[in-house]
Amino acid sequence: MNIDSITNGVVIDHITAGKGMRLYELLGLDELDCSIAIIKNVTSNKMGKKDIIKIDADIPVNLDVIGYVDPDVTVNIIKNGKLVDKHTIEIPELLTNVIKCKNPRCITSCEQELDHVFKLTDKQNKIYRCLYCEAQAK
Amino acid sequence: MRSLIDIVDFSVEELDALIATACDIIDNPAKYSEKCKGKKLATLFFEPSTRTRLSFEAAMYELGGNVIGFSEAKSSSAAKGESVADTAKVISCYADIIAMRHPKEGAAYVAAKNATIPVINAGDGGHCHPTQTLADLLTIYREKGRFDNLTVGFCGDLKFGRTVHSLINALSRYTGIKIVLISPLELKLPSYVKKDVLEKNNITYVQTTDLEEVMPELDVLYMTRVQRERFFNEEDYLRLKDSYILEPSKLKNAKSDLCIMHPLPRVNEISVAIDDDPRACYFKQVLNGKYMRMALILKLLEEAAK
Repeated sequence: MNIDSITNGVVIDHITAGKGMRLYELLGLDELDCSIAIIKNVTSNKMGKKDIIKIDADIPVNLDVIGYVDPDVTVNIIKNGKLVDKHTIEIPELLTNVIKCKNPRCITSCEQELDHVFKLTDKQNKIYRCLYCEAQAK
Repeated sequence: MRSLIDIVDFSVEELDALIATACDIIDNPAKYSEKCKGKKLATLFFEPSTRTRLSFEAAMYELGGNVIGFSEAKSSSAAKGESVADTAKVISCYADIIAMRHPKEGAAYVAAKNATIPVINAGDGGHCHPTQTLADLLTIYREKGRFDNLTVGFCGDLKFGRTVHSLINALSRYTGIKIVLISPLELKLPSYVKKDVLEKNNITYVQTTDLEEVMPELDVLYMTRVQRERFFNEEDYLRLKDSYILEPSKLKNAKSDLCIMHPLPRVNEISVAIDDDPRACYFKQVLNGKYMRMALILKLLEEAAK
């Protein structure tokens, strides 16, 4: 299967196989007009299988979202057909408006203008808790 | 701006200092009778809680200050749709310190983020109730003289009981504490509290459904009410509400200096026949709550003035 290389844009590589669509949704890529390729189950020497997302536009991507979904990915920034920057990702300490608190008793459930903020409370087990009510992110 | 949202916002040293202040207030009330002269406490109670609100108001009056506020959401601007953030900003223009109760978890945090005066969380849903914990700590200190090397039993609703979570959090910072968790299976302490608080701090704990079996080893017994307002399902509430009722016969194997506590209000989980037992400390707890709220108001106003 061939996907054209991009001239200016972003390649999100080394996504754990199966997490590409989740990343696509959380990054809000469905709202963009540019060409986007989600390549699933690509054979990888390092990972066995992986997903890749190619975005054919020079847009900023929310590294916190990527770190939350899959901190092992690499983000390659392509300009004029060349790799100009490569980000490795860390698990973010705070997630703002990436996921929503589902606790019906949380203040964010009734005050719509509040940011939904989650704090990393257990890095080893990747557990985030709502900054307001401390409910665990699901 | 320093506020108190969760008991862990204060260090052990700060809690010890608050207890020392409260003890000094008890011994020398006249010394504190004008400490807050000219200051106003705003009691913002978005859900009814007569005792906590009156405790705050009594505390402020005994410090020589004044009180403004409301006691239910329908008599506030919340009924018109005002946000907690806006309410906090507005009240900051009128008062020097806020005590707020709200049914939603995290509401006090939102208020503290937006107010320009200190905010005291007087209960945010099932989340935190730190001033109850202050009352509990002063009671344990005055009855036992220490926090170290105590076996503390918590009985009843350990799942939704915010006072239980807060007190466990506070006690877990002392050494030699053993926690005994007594509850029906459906109302067990949430696993995240066990993991994030008890196990993280290497606190010894046991879980049981049998109160009488563990009674002999307890230094403190903290009874709780199964709270109707925390259940979405009335059937579950009715099934569990009478799980544990402390009666004189259940105390026959208890220590002679056991300290029986309850955050109140009680329904029927402690028999009135126990009220005259010298080990019953739950009404002392109420009084201690007022003294700790006085100490807390003083501390936060002093820090705000710096």
